[in-house]
Amino acid sequence: MRFYEYESRRIVERAGIPVTRYGFCTTAEAAREVAAEIGGPVVIKSQVLTGGRMKAGGVKFADTPEEAAEHAAAILDLAINGHAPRGVLVDPKAEVAQEYYASVIWDGTVKRPMMLFSDMGGIDIEEVAASHPDHVGRGHLSNLLPVSDFHAKQVIARTGVTGSELTRATPILARLARLMRDCDMTLAEINPLARLDDGSFVALDAHMEMENEAKPRQKELLEELGIEAQDTREPYEPSDFERNVKAIDAADHRGVIQGKDHGFSGNLGLVIGAGGGSLTLTDAVRSQGGKPANYTEIGGNPSVAKACGLAKEVLRKDGVEKIAVMMSIVSNTRVDIVARGVIKACLELGRDPAETIAVFRIPGAWEEEGEKILRRYGVEYCDRSVSMWDAAGRAVAKIQEGT
Amino acid sequence: MSAPPTGGEQLTGVFIGIEVDQTVADDAALAGRLAEVCPVDIFAADGEAGALRIVEENLDECVLCELCLDAAPDGAVVIKKLYDGSELRRG
Repeated sequence: MRFYEYESRRIVERAGIPVTRYGFCTTAEAAREVAAEIGGPVVIKSQVLTGGRMKAGGVKFADTPEEAAEHAAAILDLAINGHAPRGVLVDPKAEVAQEYYASVIWDGTVKRPMMLFSDMGGIDIEEVAASHPDHVGRGHLSNLLPVSDFHAKQVIARTGVTGSELTRATPILARLARLMRDCDMTLAEINPLARLDDGSFVALDAHMEMENEAKPRQKELLEELGIEAQDTREPYEPSDFERNVKAIDAADHRGVIQGKDHGFSGNLGLVIGAGGGSLTLTDAVRSQGGKPANYTEIGGNPSVAKACGLAKEVLRKDGVEKIAVMMSIVSNTRVDIVARGVIKACLELGRDPAETIAVFRIPGAWEEEGEKILRRYGVEYCDRSVSMWDAAGRAVAKIQEGT
Repeated sequence: MSAPPTGGEQLTGVFIGIEVDQTVADDAALAGRLAEVCPVDIFAADGEAGALRIVEENLDECVLCELCLDAAPDGAVVIKKLYDGSELRRG
């Protein structure tokens, strides 16, 4: 779950990290009042859950409260990447001596939080890591033991920061790490973290993302921020594929299907699932050079119509040449029912199942019957003697060979 | 066994066919029983007369549970697996 910048600021503030005096406004008049209270030049920022604000004209500078109101009115009417702004953030234009970067992310590979710090803030950390790796400090944290300031100090010191800067930045990174763990964040980022002319540090911008499943545990925080339970904060607009799969699933209580294609653009459609099988199989396809067109989960004994509907949606995606139908060995979903569904999808779209189904690997219930159906349509059946890795490899090989 | 069907939208009866003896199909009580036992609604009892109707769009949902075979007199209902030419029947 993502937070708007004004909410992220509040989260950072309540963790004891200094921020500038900001105001969240939903009208131009309110923006004028906040700018007048702040006094001096301000920056008006659109509050949207998408990137590219600056380029789209969602961030403007104002020297007077009247100018702030004018900019706020324009920004409030400006949709960015299809997102209407929730409001605007009015922030003083700070006199910055230097910008830094501080974040704590969840490192899924190591399964521990990781602190990141750079003395080159204000730009993408990925860019800094690639061009100036010596300016990025990293350090993992324990999931259980208290976060000590010493850990944060070590990470910051790796970037060459010393003296009073090191002393002042250390509690900020340590507090960010504590808030990341305490609030179940997957990302807690301050960029830029600014050192002002007087030597003090303030968070000029913050970006927070929380584990979706943590919402009940973080009820107090969400209530404090005024976030209602039904506010799902989808990170992007669902595609037609995602909407259609959801509708097919909702229309029939039998079994479960899910589909995602955000960020996928490959040629191999995946109809996969069961007991962690989807993640494993997607990784297995990618690791062997395959390009998945989507991600899916199918299981719980869906109807033929549901399996057919999912396979049709996958096959209709632009660029999909073949589909791989695969499940984990722990599946209790009936093989014959899924076989009927995916073959029917091919037939109804006027495609030859033997050409279209790169691999069918679902071990489990009714597999003899499933094999008979597949054989009838010239599709090879793979049982549990073919590992998930090998099944994915066969699918990748078939699509690469064009057979 | 004929060649597998290809093409077209919303194909029905691709994998499963059902045959019901006509004398039994006209029996309202039996039609109602078949409609009741089938977990995937392949049978329906229509109108006041309760005549048996096969719901074509549900044929391929057949889970081969054989409850319809148990509910009807021996040989009155036959389930045909169109993909291998075999049949399920009682008696």
